[in-house]
Amino acid sequence: MASIRELHQQLVSKERSCTEVTEAALAQIQQLEPKLHSFLAVTAEQALEQARQVDAQIAAGQPIGPLAGIPIGIKDNLCTQGIPTTCASRILQNFIPSYESTVTQKLQNAGAVMVGKTNLDEFAMGSSTENSAYQVTANPWDIERVPGGSSGGSAAAVAAGECVVALGSDTGGSIRLPASFCGVVGLKPTYGLVSRYGLVAFASSLDQIGPLAQSVEDAAILLGAIAGYDPQDSTSLNVAIPDYTQSLIPDIKGKRIGVIQETFGEGLDPVVEKTVQEAIQQLKDLGAEIKEVSCPRFRYGLPTYYIIAPSEASANLARYDGVKYGFRAEADNLLAMYKQTRSQGFGAEVKRRIMIGTYTLSAGYYDAYYLKAQKVRTLIKQDFEQAFEQVDVLVSPTAPTTAFKAGEKTTDPLTMYLSDLMTVPVNLAGLPSLSLPCGFDPQGLPIGLQMISNVLCEGILLQVAYAYEQATPWHKHSPQV
Amino acid sequence: MTSAAPVKTQYEAVIGLETHCQLKTTTKIFCSCATDFGAPPNHQVCPICMGMPGVLPVLNQKVLEYAVKAGLALNCQIASYSKFDRKQYFYPDLPKNYQISQYDLPIAEHGWLEIELVDAAGDPCHKKVGITRLHMEEDAGKLVHGGSDRLSGSTYSLADFNRTGVPLCEIVSEPDLRSGAEAAEYAQELRRILRYLGVCDGNMQEGSLRCDVNISMRPVGQTKFGTKVEIKNMNSFNAIQRAIDYEIERQTEALECGELIIQETRLWEEGTQQTISMRVKEGSSDYRYFPEPDLCAIELPAEQLVQWQSELPELPAHKRHYYETELGLSAYDARLLTDDRVVAEYFESTVVAGGNPKQAANWIMGDITGYLNNHKLSITELALQPQGLAELIVLIENSTISSKIAKDLLPELLSRGGSAKEMVERQGLTQIADPGTLTTMINEVLLAHPQELEQYRNGKTKLQGFFVGQIMKKTGGRAEPKITNQLLVQKLKG
Repeated sequence: MASIRELHQQLVSKERSCTEVTEAALAQIQQLEPKLHSFLAVTAEQALEQARQVDAQIAAGQPIGPLAGIPIGIKDNLCTQGIPTTCASRILQNFIPSYESTVTQKLQNAGAVMVGKTNLDEFAMGSSTENSAYQVTANPWDIERVPGGSSGGSAAAVAAGECVVALGSDTGGSIRLPASFCGVVGLKPTYGLVSRYGLVAFASSLDQIGPLAQSVEDAAILLGAIAGYDPQDSTSLNVAIPDYTQSLIPDIKGKRIGVIQETFGEGLDPVVEKTVQEAIQQLKDLGAEIKEVSCPRFRYGLPTYYIIAPSEASANLARYDGVKYGFRAEADNLLAMYKQTRSQGFGAEVKRRIMIGTYTLSAGYYDAYYLKAQKVRTLIKQDFEQAFEQVDVLVSPTAPTTAFKAGEKTTDPLTMYLSDLMTVPVNLAGLPSLSLPCGFDPQGLPIGLQMISNVLCEGILLQVAYAYEQATPWHKHSPQV
Repeated sequence: MTSAAPVKTQYEAVIGLETHCQLKTTTKIFCSCATDFGAPPNHQVCPICMGMPGVLPVLNQKVLEYAVKAGLALNCQIASYSKFDRKQYFYPDLPKNYQISQYDLPIAEHGWLEIELVDAAGDPCHKKVGITRLHMEEDAGKLVHGGSDRLSGSTYSLADFNRTGVPLCEIVSEPDLRSGAEAAEYAQELRRILRYLGVCDGNMQEGSLRCDVNISMRPVGQTKFGTKVEIKNMNSFNAIQRAIDYEIERQTEALECGELIIQETRLWEEGTQQTISMRVKEGSSDYRYFPEPDLCAIELPAEQLVQWQSELPELPAHKRHYYETELGLSAYDARLLTDDRVVAEYFESTVVAGGNPKQAANWIMGDITGYLNNHKLSITELALQPQGLAELIVLIENSTISSKIAKDLLPELLSRGGSAKEMVERQGLTQIADPGTLTTMINEVLLAHPQELEQYRNGKTKLQGFFVGQIMKKTGGRAEPKITNQLLVQKLKG
């Protein structure tokens, strides 16, 4: 599918109407969904209505913004007023929000055309999108394989051209991992850059909304549209938002790029390692200064994450009790209703994390787990701070492997958790980070390169990514579903 | 050999209060819903206070201001770094199934409050009661149970979330109180302070001030605390006192019989004037507190603190002291006048306008309070301004009018306001004190009543009152009583 800029030019020059663009996306969805299952709901009617409005605007000679008329997929953990928002959970089956999330409101105002709500791991808890209560999304490069998670629906939809761009959410890698597995660009912004109001919370101190796109440029445009201070989110940062497209300069001469030593070695697929090393060489060839950097506490990211995230989740998910909305199991008394609603309404992984989080916050265990994890979190942050005294951008593989087969890791949660090894420390530190394609393995599966920059330095991140992207052919490949 | 009777153990009560005060903000603590009492169920709710998926709290800055001011007024240390925490428990009136509260870093700590008591000899004395902490939190909703008063046994329950997210300030006292009377006095003084600050209505009937009591007994002289019992459901100061007195008696009797006190929560029943067991606490509940990640920590700038400190009004204890020592009022009068800030301010304005303090106090506590009660008015709604009252007092003091005339003038002054002086002049009510004028009038009266004069001179001196009455009638009550009497007696005696 064409890029945002190309589509915008086609719309403005009246080469194509927005309705035609939308219909093309809907046709692609109709054709591919039986295989991919990226969408939990396709909002064709609303999409065509929005498209007609944009067409009317163009016809009336009114100026339109870059995102007007662009088909977009929205992860189904973002509240959309009047449109079911399920978080791929049975407990929110038929839940229809009475309000609109800040990001989707911004996109609506920008004229973007939401074509549907994309699949995810239940409540964004997972690395493969297999934890959805409704369907398993296939990887467009190999439908036997997973798209990564938890924003697997969004990544697969973008990779397969069901929409131009999509929103995902990233708590421990949920944008970057599926971006890596599906061969697209995925960006997790600085914590607080994008409002979380209306994002159904998984782990509040880690969650961040971000774009999934076919190119760095598309990601930059979408980021610009959703970023910005929101008085409804107390953790949102009150900072001026630059024009991120201004950072898209294919020149990184003299930029200091650090290679995180700890992300190479044991557990890393040799093909992924080799490919990422080649990408680093490419960056060097482009004029960047490459440094080896050590983040000694990086490896504690995973255990730290798997205490903090479930702790917060155990409280965030307490509200799903059958009393007010969503699924309710009928029972004889209140306690039985609570228990049956939650045991039937939540899937295994969600229940596992609620139990872990309840345990780690319990009296007598709090200090040993939650408090200790918070201390380690501070140390991990310090490692990054020290690293950014020496370099502008850090690089690593996004994931230790390429996409694995559906069902391969579902019986072993710990192996599944290892997929997040490279990405979770970034969330713990609140840093911006993106994943972009840097090659393919012998089976033709995409490999992702992770880039990390300092707080609010999305610009340099986009610049390095853009320079790399423009110098390499990877983004030109498309899957044949 | 002598045998001593066994010495009966004397017990003392150890009492602490936990007070929940609804802060008088127009909107809720984390959303912009209204806080008015008495709206139809679920009419003051939004996705945020309903705990809908994806919503986030934003702290109402007025809540912080009110809590800090309350903390300052209670002599607390205000935390330079404070935070909110999640207190987790499942209950249908709590939409998120956690309450946003403050756990280990409350906004204010280590304060005290001084109460006025009467000692064994009947003399007034003071007692300092420690304030352990003060913190901010959100209120829960209300459940209406069908088929039973309580959740257990009800066939259905309806949830009303109007109150969900109404800002509360919880104030915990040290276990410094020793009797029902002390506890009631503490609660009253606390309410007075909160009302002076304008941060809380203190309406116990509507639940905007709720006191829970922790009470235990121990032998006098023992430092270790006994087993604690919590009492709830008192909706007046009187009920607090009686519930504690009842509980002291109940626990003392139990201890004297060698029984153990059970750690439990008991409810005060107004009907039977007893406490009844509500639930027995088995170990302490684990609320799994942890820092609220959706809210930033509160770091109060020093200038802000100074600003709020400077906005504090003069507090009731200070006013009482001033009234007694500088204005010469009795402790009783001082207490009555300062109970309500607006009454105290009315009184003070009257004094500033030249009214004699004792007279001003008498008028305000007597006729004016009576009038306000009859007409269900607040003193701020009174047409008579403090200047008007001060004028009236001055007119009496300098003998321009009599107290009787003043009383006659009062109803109109109260309902229509205006200047007492002008009214007196307009209606020609100035007292007649000129001896010449009075003598003329006395002579006329004596001439008109020869019979009575005769009788008086024959020894029926009681008739003096009759002549005074006639003079008053003739002058419309304006004759200055003292001079009139002097002159009259002279004339009567011939």
